[in-house]
Amino acid sequence: MDLAEFFAEYGPLLAQGTVDTLVMSILSCLFAYVIGLPVGIAFALTTPNGLHPMRTVNTVLGWIINIGRSIPFVILLVAIIPFTRLVVGTSLGVPGAIVPLTVSTAPFVARIVEQSLAEVDAGLIEAAQSFGSSTWQIVTKVMLRESLPSLIRGVAITFVNLFGYSAMAGTVGAGGLGDIAIRYGYQRWNATVMMAAVVLCVVLVQIFQSLGDFMARKLDHRK
Amino acid sequence: MIEIQNVTKVYETREGSHTALKGVSMTINDGDIFGIIGESGAGKSTLVRCINMLEAPTSGAILIDGEDITKHSNKQLNEDRAGIGMIFQNFSLFQQRTVLKNVTYPLEIHGTDKATAEARAMELLKVVGLEGKEQRYPSELSGGQQQRVAIARALANRPKIMLCDEATSALDSRTTIQILDLLQQINRDLGVTMVVITHALAVAEQICNRIVVLDDGLIVEEGETADVFANPQADITRELLGHKRISSTLTEAPAVGPQGSMPLGGRDFPGEQHRMRAMGGI
Repeated sequence: MDLAEFFAEYGPLLAQGTVDTLVMSILSCLFAYVIGLPVGIAFALTTPNGLHPMRTVNTVLGWIINIGRSIPFVILLVAIIPFTRLVVGTSLGVPGAIVPLTVSTAPFVARIVEQSLAEVDAGLIEAAQSFGSSTWQIVTKVMLRESLPSLIRGVAITFVNLFGYSAMAGTVGAGGLGDIAIRYGYQRWNATVMMAAVVLCVVLVQIFQSLGDFMARKLDHRK
Repeated sequence: MIEIQNVTKVYETREGSHTALKGVSMTINDGDIFGIIGESGAGKSTLVRCINMLEAPTSGAILIDGEDITKHSNKQLNEDRAGIGMIFQNFSLFQQRTVLKNVTYPLEIHGTDKATAEARAMELLKVVGLEGKEQRYPSELSGGQQQRVAIARALANRPKIMLCDEATSALDSRTTIQILDLLQQINRDLGVTMVVITHALAVAEQICNRIVVLDDGLIVEEGETADVFANPQADITRELLGHKRISSTLTEAPAVGPQGSMPLGGRDFPGEQHRMRAMGGI
């Protein structure tokens, strides 16, 4: 089978897989940040050395984040099927995969956001306070802004993780490149299709990681 | 006028409590360059942070123009702080903001519109001698330049008071002289009351008209700078002065007189030669 024939036969399949993977990863990443970013900020603010130390809130958030991160994705995927149905009306396909991907990624996002914010020099926060900044101003104008390069690196890491997780979403018929690699390669012994899917994954991951690194470097004005 | 009345500060830690300030009272008059001197751990930083309530005193009162700000709500305090600029040992500039945006920050958070804020920032950058650097980032500037940006930022809201926390301790002696010169100029021209914290006596000697010496959370000496230097009463002051004399005689650094001299704002300071030598010896 030459290249032209291969693409004629499997091109649409791989193209659809790429689209499915991208849709799942991008939307899940977005929703995971919608949940994880505020939680991460709250976690950072309530730590004992934070702007608003609140021991109980911080401990509870820490537990939630750690429990969320320790549940294996395949288990979570199945375990929250009733919740998934409640949210998107189905537990199957791309929508059925986005819910568990989001739920499993949000705690990870909260943790890396908290770590990025913790890197902000305490002296800068003190300076901002000395000028009369409100907490909201310190969060938006100092903490998030000063840690922007680090936050962007976090987005790249999250996105690449989601790429990997989305392969498992094939279990609920969500499709995607990982699913193609498993079905064609592992179940049908079609090594060529598997290789093509894997190469596509590698290329896409490289592109997004490089993009993240580039943007982080571009936006960082420290030496 | 800043009146500090019997201020104490106790830190409760898991290991027990630590008393940083043990009942400190002092009055800082408008237009003063007021020095708070002491060794590290004496409570200087805590005390200066009580003046803008970055640290809340455990007991006592802080009166600014007669109003006790320790009784103010957080919202009121944020308004109060617009009138109290602060500069820091490590400059504490926002690394991801340009020089211009660093200076506009205090204006931005108090609701000044962008055009007005930027015009004000440009004006201040001229005052501190950094015209043409507006679009640079702090990491592209020298230490002295960074402290100038910080000074411009501290002045943005036209404060009546400026707190200087070891503002020259991270700078070399030549730059120190230039920054102290600038602070004096601001005090003289804009009438900003300065509270200067330092462990370097020569800094206090050069710019402060009045000083207190803090030791272990207590004021051990207080008075006109010239008097304290001429006739130190407390052991710790003599010790600090001794260190200074030793360091200045040992190094005998050539006087690095700043070009364009150093106007003293009409204050009568004795021993300029000695001061210059001491500056070089720090």
